[in-house]
Amino acid sequence: MTVTIINIILLCLLVVTAIAVNQQRNLFAATMLAGIYSLISASLFVCLDAVDVAFTEASVGAGIATILFLGTLALTGFEEKTEVKVSIPGLIIVLITGGLLIYGLQDIPAFGDANTPVQTYLAGKYIEDSATEIGVPNLVTSVLASYRGYDTFGETTVIFTAGIGVLMLLGRGRKHKKGLLEEGDY
Amino acid sequence: MEHYLVLRVVARLLIPLIMLFALYVQFHGDYGPGGGFQAGVIFAAGFILYGIIYGVDSLREVVHPGFVRSLAAFGVLLYAGVGIAGMLMGGEFLNYNVLATDPVAGQHLGILIIEAGVGITVASTMVILFYAFARP
Repeated sequence: MTVTIINIILLCLLVVTAIAVNQQRNLFAATMLAGIYSLISASLFVCLDAVDVAFTEASVGAGIATILFLGTLALTGFEEKTEVKVSIPGLIIVLITGGLLIYGLQDIPAFGDANTPVQTYLAGKYIEDSATEIGVPNLVTSVLASYRGYDTFGETTVIFTAGIGVLMLLGRGRKHKKGLLEEGDY
Repeated sequence: MEHYLVLRVVARLLIPLIMLFALYVQFHGDYGPGGGFQAGVIFAAGFILYGIIYGVDSLREVVHPGFVRSLAAFGVLLYAGVGIAGMLMGGEFLNYNVLATDPVAGQHLGILIIEAGVGITVASTMVILFYAFARP
């Protein structure tokens, strides 16, 4: 019961923060609100007993992403330039997409349903065998690092590739006002 | 940022604690929440805090950009190296059972090393991103 009340409060806070981000014309404030949004999501994940995900959300979403946004704002400017106009076709598309998503939600199994393919296919095997096969108390680590080692390897490569991509786009030396390209000025 | 005395003092106190916490998250990931990914991000946050307070140029003197780029590649290679080591020792790619005489000990060793690889890559990539975005 307490968890339900906390969940409702957190979800309400999420909606309020999302609206505030959308309404905010000052990009610095919007960035900070986006960080708060991530922090509330992290609290929600804690309530769902997904502490590892909450940890990631708090450190990446609220921490690093905010820093990168601020770095970008320092390069571009802190005020939104153009006034936002309400576009009728856009509104219709958003309403239709939202309606379809809510319609699609009806086919999603109930929260915590034990008879979904996600729970019945491999999860049971992992839960039963992890203690003897891997011997690591944290089941999340044993799934991520061992059973799903290929996926984690892929994720690590994705992060590495993303870093290389940003380096190639932004890090090769910046053009200064004189028009000179300074080598090594990344 | 030369005048923000409070920020400079607080950062100097916080950065070692942040890095210690990152190491705790890294090596305690087998027992509690956490792991290489979160630890890498927290470790990078320590460096980025230093960069914000003391300036990006002083951070570049602490960790050279070329060094961080090599580290990012090293983490991925470490991960792949564990996989290939498993193949050389008679198992499949990323099969940790063969890494030690006892399968469970092999799993522990494999997970420890690949988590270290993930942590190194994530931490250095975050610093690379910060270098790319930070205003000189």
